[in-house]
Amino acid sequence: MTQAEIKLCSLLLHEHFGEIVEKIGTQLLRAGGQALRGIAGGTGLLLDQVKKALCVLIQHNLATFRPRRGGVEYEAQCGRILRILRYPRYIYTAKTLYGDTGELIVEELLLNGQLTMSAVVRKVADRLTETMEDGKTMDYADVSSTFVRLVDTHFVQRCPLVPEGPQSPEVPPPPAPTLLSSDKDMYTVPRLSLVGKGKRRRSCEEEDGEPRAKKQKQEGESSEHFRDQAIVSAVANRMDQTSSEIVRTMLRMSEVTTSSGAPYTQPLSSNEIFRSLPAGYNIVKQVLDQYLALLADDPLEFVGKSGDSGGGMYTVNLHKALVSLATATLESVVEERFGSRCARIFRLLLRKKHLEQKQVEDFAMIPAKEAKEMLYKMLSESFVSLQEIPKTPDHAPSRTFYLYTVNVPAAARMLLHRCYKSVANLMERRQFETKENKRLLEKSQRVEAILASMQATGAEPAQLQEIEEMITAPERQQLETLKRNVNKIDASENQVDETIFVLESFIESTVKRP
Amino acid sequence: MGQPLHPPVSLPAPLSPSPPGTDPRPHSLTHSFISPPRLSPRPLPCDWLRRLHIVRSPPPASGAHPGRTWSGCAGAESPSSGAAPRQGAPPLPPPAPSAPGPAMAARGRGRGQMTFNVEAVGIGKGDALPPPTLQPSPLFPPLEHRAAPLPGGEEGEYMLALKQELRGAMKNLPYFVKPGAPRRDIERYSDKYQLSSPVDSAIDWNPDWRRLPRELKIRVRRLRKGRAAILIPKSKQRVVLDKEEAIKKLESLEKKEEEVTSEEEEEKEEEEEGKEEEEEEYDEEEHEEETDYIMSYFDNGEDFGGDSDDNMDEAVY
Repeated sequence: MTQAEIKLCSLLLHEHFGEIVEKIGTQLLRAGGQALRGIAGGTGLLLDQVKKALCVLIQHNLATFRPRRGGVEYEAQCGRILRILRYPRYIYTAKTLYGDTGELIVEELLLNGQLTMSAVVRKVADRLTETMEDGKTMDYADVSSTFVRLVDTHFVQRCPLVPEGPQSPEVPPPPAPTLLSSDKDMYTVPRLSLVGKGKRRRSCEEEDGEPRAKKQKQEGESSEHFRDQAIVSAVANRMDQTSSEIVRTMLRMSEVTTSSGAPYTQPLSSNEIFRSLPAGYNIVKQVLDQYLALLADDPLEFVGKSGDSGGGMYTVNLHKALVSLATATLESVVEERFGSRCARIFRLLLRKKHLEQKQVEDFAMIPAKEAKEMLYKMLSESFVSLQEIPKTPDHAPSRTFYLYTVNVPAAARMLLHRCYKSVANLMERRQFETKENKRLLEKSQRVEAILASMQATGAEPAQLQEIEEMITAPERQQLETLKRNVNKIDASENQVDETIFVLESFIESTVKRP
Repeated sequence: MGQPLHPPVSLPAPLSPSPPGTDPRPHSLTHSFISPPRLSPRPLPCDWLRRLHIVRSPPPASGAHPGRTWSGCAGAESPSSGAAPRQGAPPLPPPAPSAPGPAMAARGRGRGQMTFNVEAVGIGKGDALPPPTLQPSPLFPPLEHRAAPLPGGEEGEYMLALKQELRGAMKNLPYFVKPGAPRRDIERYSDKYQLSSPVDSAIDWNPDWRRLPRELKIRVRRLRKGRAAILIPKSKQRVVLDKEEAIKKLESLEKKEEEVTSEEEEEKEEEEEGKEEEEEEYDEEEHEEETDYIMSYFDNGEDFGGDSDDNMDEAVY
């Protein structure tokens, strides 16, 4: 965990859980696994506050514990805390795939960390009922069925269980339960028979298996979904809509058969793909074959041909797709930051792998001085690195080749680190802006509250007008500017998070490769 | 140091033929006094070595001696006796030097000479090198290229709204741990009747205690009406047998808002106390406050002027 990551984690914890949780989270991240006393000593907070904060962190799956050396050791999960940035994306995805019900289920789970199925269903049904027209109520069965679908596609998973062991009264229960989770159990749904709708609270529930089985939001499946989305949109940008639909179909078919982290999907025959194309598409088989051949020949190698049986067996090269996505990100960053000539040199180096200074100038057709300056600029920012090739055993500089090259995984890591720093900066700036205008914001909130209450009790327009004028025109303008800035900063954070996702998936795929 | 960036190192004739009998290119550090300076991929801390007198530093101003630098040192440093700290980047080529071109300390003799062929790096003869950097880079350097505009669109707007709602919602959940109210300078009578957050920093929500370590549970000291506070024993030997009776008695006792302790212990206490519990059937507010006055009686005037005037309970003069 780098300093930038720790800083970002502490900002996120502060924003979402308050100062106390932030202090404790940061302490755990910096110092690794610690016991309760150690944390209290390190942060200087009261023991009660530490306990409270740890409960919150564990509830939200941001920290774990395990029994160790006569006590319990707690550890914070940095990666999991950074996921908080992605929550809006998860909710939006659930909305597009499963509608409003799915969206609310995922939102409730994200806000509460872990919940039992019955609690989720009840809350979501109540919320939906509030928004529906009068007289209609949301049936619990609908919500449950959406929930089950979410679990089936692995968006939601079951929390690890406490083992039911025989406990005799003499033996005190262990200080901390050891939670087991088996993959099989992770996605079993308790059989819930909730009778009741909307407001009526009478519900008898029998849950099968572990009573009060808790569910939590699953990270892995959503990232695969996002990755698929990114690949499909990349294909759509590069080629046309039809080819992206074909790739989307292929990915959908391989959702369940592909293990996470596999470098490519299982081979699919062209006949299968033809059968599984969405109903609206009427392309002929030959056209499909042509598209597939085109995709397989593309230098980006998103799709590869692995055999000829069944009309041609095709796979989607996930690893190569991620490499292309990460490289494209790097290229666009270089272009935006340094200009298009630097980008030309960068792309040249990507293509030719290793080049000497002189060759760079020649191939890029850029005058020597500028080329040199650009290369050094990129070198100083670590987009480009130098490789020494000595001619003689002592590395005499006059007799050594110095070649410029782009090391994509290293550059991707550097860029990821910068992304973390940027998000931290954005959050700080947003908090600063909000704090500057705190007085104004509070005043406007009070005025709105007064307005609302007066409207509820029925007031004349003249009075309302008077209240509205409590906020003067320049103040209004200031508020407008503030709102615009905060929105812009928030949107930028979302945008940077998308880049973070692409880079992280790429780095993960390079690490996992056998 | 204010001197032009002409990396000065004494170039103890690496290119001239070495005296016969000595191996001009020895490979070990022990022959360092004779060999020409070597450019190694790793910078060695020759500076502090020199200061510790571990490696002999050549006499000052004796540029005629061939090879009186030690190998492994960043090649370009002049072994002057003024052991000035080495400035700038480690040996070329390192990844990420911060100044364009090699920034070497200007030392002693032989300004403008480097140990290697400068043309290899691209600095031609007579080329004006960029001026030296005399201060740290500015905190907000001017942007040469403006950032690309954010992608708008419905998706972006929706996610933005989601993000802001999520932030707001999180602040109101019980998971947002607020630091305790700051202690005032004097204890006031009205403090007792102020609505406060959960007693003794217990938590507001009910997690599944079977899944959490036991030490995280906070015991709450419950203040009975006027009675001395009864410290709930913190003993870990919870009698498990009590559980069954406790569960039976659960329904007969009401739960107060502030308590979060485990139900077994509470039941044990309440059993002992016995019948006084039945008095707690009052309306909640009166029971809590135990006074004849309404809550706003105890406002100590700090919120005056901030509220709207729709509390009609008080007489308006």
